[in-house]
Amino acid sequence: MNTSKNNTAQADKGGKPSARNNPFCDPTLKSRHVRSKLFKLFTFLSITFAISFLLFFLGDMIIKGLPAFKQTYIEVDVTYNDKTIKSTRRAIDKKYRKVVSRAWLRNIPRLVEQNPALMGTTQPAWVLANSQVDQYLKGHHYKLKDKYRKLIDTMNQDGKVEMRFNKNFFTHGDSKIPENSGFKSAIVGSVLTLIVTMVVAFPLGVMTAVYLEEFADDNRWTQLIEVNINNLAAIPSILFGLLGLAVFINLFGMPRSSPLVGGLTLALMTLPIIIVSSRAALRSVPDSIRQAGYGLGLTRVQVVQDHVLPLAFPGIMTGSIIGLAQAMGETAPLIIIGMIAFIPDTPGSIFEAATVMPAQIFTWAGMPERAYIERTAAGIMVLISILITLNALAIYLRKKFEVKW
Amino acid sequence: MKKNLKTKVSVKDLNLYYGDNQALHGITMAIYENQITALIGPSGCGKSTFLRCLNRMNDLINSVRIEGDIVIDRKNIYDRDVDEVAVRKRVGMVFQQPNPFPKSIYENVAYAPLKHGIVKKGPACDELVEKSLIQAGLWNEVKDKLSEPGTSLSGGQQQRLCIARTIAVQPDVILMDEPTSALDPISTEKIEALMLELKKDYTIIIVTHNMQQAGRIADMTAFFHMGDLIEYDDTETIFINPTLKKTEDYITGRYG
Ligand SMILES: Nc1ncnc2c1ncn2[C@@H]1O[C@H](COP(=O)(O)OP(=O)(O)OP(=O)(O)O)[C@@H](O)[C@H]1O
Ligand SMILES: [Mg+2]
Repeated sequence: MNTSKNNTAQADKGGKPSARNNPFCDPTLKSRHVRSKLFKLFTFLSITFAISFLLFFLGDMIIKGLPAFKQTYIEVDVTYNDKTIKSTRRAIDKKYRKVVSRAWLRNIPRLVEQNPALMGTTQPAWVLANSQVDQYLKGHHYKLKDKYRKLIDTMNQDGKVEMRFNKNFFTHGDSKIPENSGFKSAIVGSVLTLIVTMVVAFPLGVMTAVYLEEFADDNRWTQLIEVNINNLAAIPSILFGLLGLAVFINLFGMPRSSPLVGGLTLALMTLPIIIVSSRAALRSVPDSIRQAGYGLGLTRVQVVQDHVLPLAFPGIMTGSIIGLAQAMGETAPLIIIGMIAFIPDTPGSIFEAATVMPAQIFTWAGMPERAYIERTAAGIMVLISILITLNALAIYLRKKFEVKW
Repeated sequence: MKKNLKTKVSVKDLNLYYGDNQALHGITMAIYENQITALIGPSGCGKSTFLRCLNRMNDLINSVRIEGDIVIDRKNIYDRDVDEVAVRKRVGMVFQQPNPFPKSIYENVAYAPLKHGIVKKGPACDELVEKSLIQAGLWNEVKDKLSEPGTSLSGGQQQRLCIARTIAVQPDVILMDEPTSALDPISTEKIEALMLELKKDYTIIIVTHNMQQAGRIADMTAFFHMGDLIEYDDTETIFINPTLKKTEDYITGRYG
């Protein structure tokens, strides 16, 4: 009361006619509004900043990576006979030898095997071009002698050069020949590894959470366990790699570089994430539901299994998918257990040597050739698309199965 | 006290401690069969605590320690050879906030009887659901939408669904902890009428803060204060002619 009287009095002295008869006049308001506007501006600026960083990163990746999805092919005559099968270089006219891919030539015996009619003939074929030719045509840095540049230019005019969709990127493993290298073995390696991770971490994590939330008494032991689980989530991931190396490989003699060991190691890392998020999901189930169940003479297991878990399920799924996405991007522990090795062949089982997507990206990022840089960016695009899909799935599941009260 | 009534629940020297804190002091009372017994008293006096002793819901709280006997049908429910889950099947409970399971209306009623093996899936179960919903006075309102979620009903309907769910298990005693305090007057009236109907088949114990409600429906009334049972008698006696000053003060609204 008092202050408002003072305020109007001041306003009167100030001689502002609008304030004189206005009981709502408060001269401090103006500066308060200015401050809240400023605050709003700052918050807005920081989010703009964050988003522009993100867009810049994504844009850069896409600009660098998109060309990798196209690959140059050239049309040349190929001779198929006994000699050229033994020494595949000779299948192609001398002047073209430096512009075609060695990897394609290596494939000639198999082509003949598949199609014996080719034997003894010379036919024009679309042949995978060397990565230098590819980079030259994409307008990047290249190491191509003038002679060959002219050759490619004339071939281009004759319509004998084509950019095609780079199938190899999705059907081949890594290769020392840049134009031949692909992401497939890494994708399959990641899938196998994550299957192991989920098969181990999901049931263990959910069961642990159910025990801690629904069954355990709140005593010193459970508090100790809780602290340790939270600590586990904070341990640098590379230490999990060392643990995996020591326990799974050295102690249990599991095969090095295999998705089995990688998956188990990542399971150790994902476990705390799943436990913590599952506990949160269980805790958010209202206690009245449990009371209702017990009041009807149901046992604990019946209450948990039929009433609490279904309600907690969307939250558990969301947490697990986010844990999975995190495991998918994890590199350091897998490097320690040898999943960084050069793996040209796609692993057929969880016991074979394999690499994973981020490790493959890491390997390519360290290669000097421009073609690998392109593939690094393309690999990141694939990885990020999968991660975004997984996160979208998590949001979808949460929205779909959320129970409305 | 009323003569020729059969005692259903007999409580003797019941002490209850939350950790070191004693919440009930030597409660002794007999609850009669097919009567509505109301528990009244100021907030925090131990009404809910006492009610939860009768179906051993307090066993779920770690810090609770209980001394004394509660005999239902000549068996002390705190005996070692009594399973608390079995007690809760025979002593059902309805809570202050309606808490149907987030499942269909049908499943809400059918779930527990199926688990207890009272009925098998099929026509017998349908019949039990129908019978329970009729008894709870909800059948006409929901018979065309049994597969809709129980949470889609109004608050009063939800509470009657919870009552239907409780009687579907075929208990002997029904405990109600302020069952109408979250409801509007019309729903309250319906539930009160329902209770008067149900007492033919069940023994009902109800906690209420609403004196008029206790007066309207209860046969017996118990007045609790700070963990003590102060006075327990016919509702009429308690309301019109209480023995103790304390009870009178509370009833007439001088404190509480
Ligand atoms: N879970 C618990 N742990 C510890 N103390 C409790 C617990 N529940 C109740 N108490 C204590 O026991 C006493 C009785 O509580 P109770 O809930 O039985 O009261 P009430 O009569 O039902 O009150 P209201 O009318 O407000 O519901 C209170 O002092 C309360 O603080
Ligand atoms: Mg209470």
